[in-house]
Amino acid sequence: MAELPRREDELAAVFGPHLNRMEGLRLDTGVTPDRIVDTHCCFCGQQCGIRLKVKDNTVVGFEPRYDFPFNRGMLCPKGVKRYLQGAHPDRLVRAQVRDPSANGGFRSVPYDEAIRRTASEIQRIQSTYGADAMGVLSGASLTTEKTYLMGKFARVCLKTRYIDYNGRLCMVSAGAANKKAFGIDRAANPWEDILGAEVIVIAGSNTAECSPITTSYVWQARENGGKLIVVDPRITPIARTADVFLPVRPGRDVILFNGLLNLMIENDWLDHDFIENHTVGFDAVAEHVKQWTPARTAEATGIAEKSIRRAAELWGTAKTSFLMHARGIEHHTHGVENCLSTINVVLASGRIGRPNCGYGTVVGQGNGQGGREHGQKAEQLPGWRDIGNPEHREYIAGVWGVRPEEIPQAGVDCYEMFRKIDAGEIRGLLAICFNPKVSLPDNAFVTRALEKLEFFVAIDFFLSETAQHADVVLPGSLHEEDEGTVTQVEGRVIKINKAVDPPGEARQDWRIIGDLASALGRPHGMIYESPRQIFEELRVASRGGVADYSGITYERIEAENGVFWPCPSEDHPGTPRLFESGSYNPVARGNGPYYFPDGKARFVVAAYRPPAEDVDAEYPVILTTGRVVSQFLSGTQTRRIGPLVDQYPEPRVEMHPRLAAKHGISDGGWAKVESRRGSMTLRAEVVTTIRPDTVFVPYHWAGRDSVNQLTIAAQDPVSKIPEYKVCAVRVSPAAAPAGRSGLPIALPVHGSAGSEAFLVRTGSPKERFPDPPQRG
Amino acid sequence: MVSSPDLEFFIDPNRCIGCQSCVAACSECDTHRGLSMIHLEYVRRPISVQTIPVICMHCDSPTCAEVCPADAIKRTGDGVVQTARKPRCIACNNCVLACPFGVPKMQAEFSLMMKCDMCYDRSSVGLKPMCASVCPSGALYYGTSEEIERLRPRSRPIHAFRFGDQVITTRVHMMVPRKSSSSQLDVTAAWSDEAVNPTDMLENLYEEAAG
Repeated sequence: MAELPRREDELAAVFGPHLNRMEGLRLDTGVTPDRIVDTHCCFCGQQCGIRLKVKDNTVVGFEPRYDFPFNRGMLCPKGVKRYLQGAHPDRLVRAQVRDPSANGGFRSVPYDEAIRRTASEIQRIQSTYGADAMGVLSGASLTTEKTYLMGKFARVCLKTRYIDYNGRLCMVSAGAANKKAFGIDRAANPWEDILGAEVIVIAGSNTAECSPITTSYVWQARENGGKLIVVDPRITPIARTADVFLPVRPGRDVILFNGLLNLMIENDWLDHDFIENHTVGFDAVAEHVKQWTPARTAEATGIAEKSIRRAAELWGTAKTSFLMHARGIEHHTHGVENCLSTINVVLASGRIGRPNCGYGTVVGQGNGQGGREHGQKAEQLPGWRDIGNPEHREYIAGVWGVRPEEIPQAGVDCYEMFRKIDAGEIRGLLAICFNPKVSLPDNAFVTRALEKLEFFVAIDFFLSETAQHADVVLPGSLHEEDEGTVTQVEGRVIKINKAVDPPGEARQDWRIIGDLASALGRPHGMIYESPRQIFEELRVASRGGVADYSGITYERIEAENGVFWPCPSEDHPGTPRLFESGSYNPVARGNGPYYFPDGKARFVVAAYRPPAEDVDAEYPVILTTGRVVSQFLSGTQTRRIGPLVDQYPEPRVEMHPRLAAKHGISDGGWAKVESRRGSMTLRAEVVTTIRPDTVFVPYHWAGRDSVNQLTIAAQDPVSKIPEYKVCAVRVSPAAAPAGRSGLPIALPVHGSAGSEAFLVRTGSPKERFPDPPQRG
Repeated sequence: MVSSPDLEFFIDPNRCIGCQSCVAACSECDTHRGLSMIHLEYVRRPISVQTIPVICMHCDSPTCAEVCPADAIKRTGDGVVQTARKPRCIACNNCVLACPFGVPKMQAEFSLMMKCDMCYDRSSVGLKPMCASVCPSGALYYGTSEEIERLRPRSRPIHAFRFGDQVITTRVHMMVPRKSSSSQLDVTAAWSDEAVNPTDMLENLYEEAAG
């Protein structure tokens, strides 16, 4: 049974989230660190370099890592306060088993006992229902070594086809589109190429909040004369000063980019030589986009036609450019088409594979890139190999020391796994680095599925909302308690270094997997001495694949500040910029720079389909979701860090004054947001920086504060990404939830003076400042 | 040791993204660990996401020190205005009220005025202040005049501020558009209704979008 053992508030009283703040050693300026460890931030895909100060096996602070070239000391507030996740009162330092009679619903048990019990339950489930009755959920915040290991563990040790990961909510639309168009799934350029771009297009990326360091590249490009075009339903901080802002109606991105391509064709803003020599499929796409005339595009996207024309001219006539996109265009039931439509305008311009000419998705998770390459995806084997391809299976079987037929075939995406749990096909689950109860859409369904599991084991460092449903929780490791590699936004493989030892009986995740394999009596290929040993095996496993890491070593990463894959041999310099002529390409083998046998990139027709749930009379408002700068993903870590919670303590619903006035909702007052799946009550933030037909709620919170109670579980048919960015809701004014103040409040808007914030938001300038003195 | 005279502080609010990295990092500085001295304000959130980071401008002739009845506020030889001297500060709030930039903070817990000291523990040994180290937008920048000249061709630094009839010059620079002719920022003019309450520029943007 995987129902919650106690009420949510009773669980929270023991396991948090509680807030960790600077105190003790962390506040003492007299402390001399025992050592300072060069590593990277544990949060987003920017993977900023950071130096952690360690005293008495505790990370007590940080120093900027000025010498790491990507961020040169810069950090966002999450990076600054990341160290407060360690030495945390909520930290799981012993194994826990479900016990409704225990305070908090869990009882500590010796680690070995928890491992034995887990192994025996897995054996029982698999002997009763078959190997595929066990599922594995993994995550893209793990090091690449661990992601490789999880894929191998599922296929070789558990022998189940059912493994998938939380990158399914993140990277997969871009990945699928990149594979279709380029044959390779990686940002095509190092971020340096942004600096020299004449035109930068940012589509569906709240860059300033979700990938803050990228801001510095964009601003520097503008100092150099670059123009900025931003596509977003909200005026985010990166959009505020854009040269052209395109406030797209959520769900219509593909129309916009098809409309832009149509204008490029009409005005002959095309690179004919490039299209002729390096691509196939242009004519079909050109024919398809004819229907998206400027007027029709404007009407469908809700963007002024003159803005569309201005954007097309800027893009069409530029000599250099960089186009980047993120979840804003990817989280759709046509997320793959959205991405393909942006790639089409890039290919038509011919501006790729050269200095200052770039394209890429801005990865979200810490190892969003490396975590999607080496086999924890349902359909994938290491090196971006295809689990359905007999040659690929044979190669990996050789590396793993198994027969090819022993490797299971493709499983299903993580949401489909929950449907299989609901249907009784999957009876047992092992989860690591994934909090689906908060992060998956329509999470009431996810909760019901979790409750149906016969056995659920979670490996976690805090008791996440999902782990609260577990029968056994194995205490895993924090980022700073292990070493390994990750691959950041540019495709640069970098090294995470260990700063402290795991506390108590907590241990590194790869050791836990090894212990479990031993207890199962299936230790073959599962026992490692170190992450380095896993990495050495991964190098071999990736050799000859598209994501080839075989030339990368820990030593090279340290010496070169990271190595860009593909890197097929130790004397190969790595590949910072893809698609340059003559660059390494194991697929085209000299026929051209793109990863297809003919070496040519693909134009792919990107047809518009409406969102799965469009607005109607009953639910007339579009709900779109996203992030805030001070929180990360499902908040398991960041909702436990005091200063980050202070900065943005709870979700608010952003809406335009016109929409608010229509419903009598006031700034700072309570509003109810309802969809066909659920409702939530939260404070409104009434601002003109959002489309009047759209409301926005960030998704980092759990329980009644989780916007994923409302979102829809519709998925892209190819990538299986959920449609987080569009569903239909209605809004109304609401009474305060029980225990909350009913008065409108000044929402906290900054980290310093609270009363001033109130005045800035609500008082007139005359009240705030006296009349200026008269000048004579 | 004093901070290098070649290294200057530059603020460009136009770049600010409101992320509060500076606020977070400020409390990591060893001269006031655990407390943040930066103010980061939305100008007017209902109509814009524009934010402005406010650090101490380190006035050449600091009003805070001039109005201090206890002579507790000192300016170092290299132009950095320090937190009040603990033995002298009488927590009277004169400085808090008088500072034209609203920088000093009264820490009631310690009966002490504390303020941004440009991370003197860092800047005095040639390190960048915390806020300017981490700022991901370059809104806060610490470097040489030559660097800023080279890196920011669209803007230029000024360090004079007009308040009514009074002009204050500061050690910290504010970036203004390079093409602007003004040599000083008229702060009181920026308090006018038109400056603080521009007409809703976004109204037209959404006119067609609302359909």
